[in-house]
Amino acid sequence: MERSEGNIKKKNPVLECRNVGRSFDSYDGKGKNEVLRGMNFEVYENEFLVLFGAGQCGKTTLLNILAGLDMPTEGEVYANGEKVSGPAPERGFVYQKTSLFPWMTVEDNVGFGPKVRHLPEKECKERIRKYLDLVGLTGFEKSYPSQLSGGMRQRVGIARAYANEPDIMFMDEPFGHLDAQTRYMMEEELQRIWQQEKRTVIFVTNNIEEALFLADRIILLTNCPTHIKQEYSITMQRPRDYVDPEFLRLRQLITDNMDLTL
Amino acid sequence: MKKHKYTVISVCSFLIVLIIWQLVTDVFHLVSPIMLPSPTTILKTFWYKLTGGTVPDGSSLIQNILSSLKIALGGYVVGVVIGVPLGIGMAWSRRFELFAKPLFDIIRPVPALAWIPLMILWLGIGYASKVGIIFFAAFISATVNSYTGIRQTSQVHLWVGKTFGATNRQLLFKVALPTALPMIFTGLRLALGSAWVALVAAEMLAATSGLGYMIQISRLLGRPDVIIVGMITIGFVGLLLNTVLEQLQKRFVRRGKKHD
Repeated sequence: MERSEGNIKKKNPVLECRNVGRSFDSYDGKGKNEVLRGMNFEVYENEFLVLFGAGQCGKTTLLNILAGLDMPTEGEVYANGEKVSGPAPERGFVYQKTSLFPWMTVEDNVGFGPKVRHLPEKECKERIRKYLDLVGLTGFEKSYPSQLSGGMRQRVGIARAYANEPDIMFMDEPFGHLDAQTRYMMEEELQRIWQQEKRTVIFVTNNIEEALFLADRIILLTNCPTHIKQEYSITMQRPRDYVDPEFLRLRQLITDNMDLTL
Repeated sequence: MKKHKYTVISVCSFLIVLIIWQLVTDVFHLVSPIMLPSPTTILKTFWYKLTGGTVPDGSSLIQNILSSLKIALGGYVVGVVIGVPLGIGMAWSRRFELFAKPLFDIIRPVPALAWIPLMILWLGIGYASKVGIIFFAAFISATVNSYTGIRQTSQVHLWVGKTFGATNRQLLFKVALPTALPMIFTGLRLALGSAWVALVAAEMLAATSGLGYMIQISRLLGRPDVIIVGMITIGFVGLLLNTVLEQLQKRFVRRGKKHD
């Protein structure tokens, strides 16, 4: 396998996307709908990578493939050098909408991963405590998801993904359904959580502010068939300011380069 | 306070019907007691049957209830024990579905009562054939609802389970079954309803006791008061069984409600 070894940081790709393409059968069953084409990129350890593109492009499809929930029709994905052939506990996922189990309390939801892997009871409890504390939900252990607000539910979703202590976290527009104020707050929270508990994060969004606020690197995607248009390294200091001149300059730069035809 | 008011309105409708009923029967004798006995007569008969009276059908009310319960619950339990796993299996395993579903789809629209002749032919006219008829009544609802319940499992929930490393078995028991549980309970309640409905028909087969038998024989003996007592009892016991299942559902199906 060829690997670019340009700089020191790039020595540890935890995830490699090699020439990945994905087509679906079209509605009439005759042709093919090509959603992804020739995707090539690497994700490095503890990096916060944002996949950014307009709505309805193949972002979610790509993320599902990277996580092993869907299979590419072309190319391969490698995680730590091994080919991805299905979902695995090393790859955690935070979903778009509420994906919490409504029949479980908050603590049972967060403890789900450790429990299905039969970790010792004490370890499960410790992780539940630790990650609920990390997302600031201590005291809500016995609540059911329906008793929580949208932002709190996504916090539980993040804690649940963290509780399995995965190498890579996939986040599929986790704040897309929240109101603007909650969204800003959750972005700050996520940044704090990520700085506190370093993980490789691959974050999908169609919101440029969110992307610039969180990312170490942004991969700009085109519309269908989706491929990589441009990569941007974001080196601004954290926490970032939404009205900082550099922030605004990058925002302009990237949005100008976006494919807005749908 | 408001709730009180509503109760009063509901009670009023009952009272009005009962008063008119009493007026047209015992007071003005507009309807022959052979066709429609008065509420007071029915009340007297009810008390007589409840306190152990065996005329005219040969058993007291309690004996009849127990006899009917034995048949209904017998067929119900067998129907549920087979139906629920069958529904879950068909919904969870594509192969098993391909194998079992066509067969089930043929049996499904056949009314339970249409099985009566075959049941008599195969099992005679004793306890077994009655249980057999009730079985078909309960079995269908239990299967259909368990199947639908499992099918409602959300794809995202299954993904969550898989990304956390859950095995297929864990996905079934920890994700799909909890999703299906409310629906399975609905199936259990519907099945109990169908079982109870099929009871009267099942007891037309050479029974010597039971609520269905009691109202059948009372027609031949010209005792409409006993028929109505029987009908009310059938309704009341059905309601009671349903309440028991509802309480069980409340206990087993936990789910936080915003305002409870």
